[in-house]
Amino acid sequence: MDWFPLWLSLKVAASATAISLVAGIWLAWVLANRQFAGKNLVDALTTLPLALPPTVLGYYLLVVIGRSSWLGKAWEAATGSPLVFTWKAAVIASTLHAIPLLVKSSRAALENVDKAYERAGRSLGASEWRLFWRVSLPLVRKPVAAATALAFARSLGDFGATLMVAGDIPGRTQTAAIAIYDAVESGNTLLARTLVIVISIVTAAIVYLANRLEER
Amino acid sequence: MIKVSIVKRYPGFRLEVAFEAAPGVTVLYGPSGAGKSLTLDSIAGFVLPDSGRILLDDRILFDGAANVNLPPQKRTCGYVFQSYALFPHMTLRDNLAFAGDGLPRLERHRRTAEHLDRFKLTEVAAKYPHELSGGQKQRGSIARALIADPRILLLDEPARGLDIALRTDLHDLIRELRSSLKVPIILVTHDPEECFALGDRILIYEAGKIIHTGSPTDLLANPGSVPVARLLGGFNIYDAEVIALDPARQTSRLRMLGQEMDGPHLKGCFRGDRIALCIRPEELRVVALPGDNRVRADLRRTVDRTQWVRADFGNELVVDVPRDAWNGLKESAMWVEIPAGNLRQLNKESAT
Repeated sequence: MDWFPLWLSLKVAASATAISLVAGIWLAWVLANRQFAGKNLVDALTTLPLALPPTVLGYYLLVVIGRSSWLGKAWEAATGSPLVFTWKAAVIASTLHAIPLLVKSSRAALENVDKAYERAGRSLGASEWRLFWRVSLPLVRKPVAAATALAFARSLGDFGATLMVAGDIPGRTQTAAIAIYDAVESGNTLLARTLVIVISIVTAAIVYLANRLEER
Repeated sequence: MIKVSIVKRYPGFRLEVAFEAAPGVTVLYGPSGAGKSLTLDSIAGFVLPDSGRILLDDRILFDGAANVNLPPQKRTCGYVFQSYALFPHMTLRDNLAFAGDGLPRLERHRRTAEHLDRFKLTEVAAKYPHELSGGQKQRGSIARALIADPRILLLDEPARGLDIALRTDLHDLIRELRSSLKVPIILVTHDPEECFALGDRILIYEAGKIIHTGSPTDLLANPGSVPVARLLGGFNIYDAEVIALDPARQTSRLRMLGQEMDGPHLKGCFRGDRIALCIRPEELRVVALPGDNRVRADLRRTVDRTQWVRADFGNELVVDVPRDAWNGLKESAMWVEIPAGNLRQLNKESAT
């Protein structure tokens, strides 16, 4: 029994969730609090990964971070190895999948915070930075935590985009979702079933956690 | 000392006010949507006026012409929110300490402890806002607003939705603050009783403008215009026609409530003018027999209070009668006497 795909999936999902959490909350805060030109465009772009077919998303990613792209070349020059077909590419794909969930939920939560709290904080002399960390963020911690859990579940299960940019290299970039496909294709029923059961249990636990977080 | 002179336009609404407030309680009184809270929010820096100036002591908080607009953080305004706005995820002590963040640690602790003690909150300092009673939340929000030594205290309808006991406590607290704080206190309310109970000076708002100002005594003695008398409530307001004027005896004759009667000395009136007058309920008298300046009246309903009875006869004949006197009167036929000397002439329009 090879547990590598499972560990890889957890590692990729955890990294992607951590990145989306920071970037997503920042984007959500900007969208909730600032007026700027092109706000609707940013709003639409953050939602797009949710709606696009994963393979389409993966194709775009290949265009942006592939070996012949500007970004891909820069990466290769800096690190000495290509970005695509590594587990880091899988993290990028998963991050794109996870971020819309976090932005949407966090923005709604931030916009729902009673304006009186923010006004009170400001008139008590708190800087915007301190206001965010001490007042706004603690007040939205539950919905944001719930969204984070769902984002993690979603990162865990990405197939299409990950396959496009990270490939299916056993022992290197083969995540659990891809390993299940491979196992079914090659008739390895035991492996497929084991992975399916483990992934199901982990995901169900996360969804349960997310629901509990949102109730309170 | 604060000087405010601002304009703020919204679609279908325009706030244009100018006033000064010295230490003491200045009440912004008026109906909902008149611009009272908007004025408060402009002072605190939550709302950006279109033009004008706001000066607090010798500091410019806002100057439209010079493009000065201090952020709320730098305005040194203590703001007490109607909903209290105590941070729900912090204990009361942390709520207070949050306000003293700019201070050195020991000083912050000292001030927090001092304010908790002053507002009788030391015992509940470790509790969260949802565990506090209404009165504790109220005192907590005032204590928090005062920690950083604000140069002005702004209270946005602090008594709204409170029961009578809490309201009385709040009024006592505000009176205590008035004598202990050396800064202006600006209180927004639409409750006339609160307005008269607390205000050193009252600014009456209507539709984005200040239509009258005065001390409670001045306003009760003479509201000046029909809109102000209506906004303050409690006045009987009459239309009358001037039939005769007698400047020598300082009296007049009026046709009012369908009959002729004596009126007060009227300035700037001519015979035939139609004027408005008002009188307070306690200045009218209920009597058993007809006579001069007496109007026949049928009792509609009464409201009992501890010391007096408010008798409503319709037709702007609302009379406050001492309870003892009422018990002897209520069985007999009723007439209401309107003492000519207590009638005050009102402008039909407000003086803006």
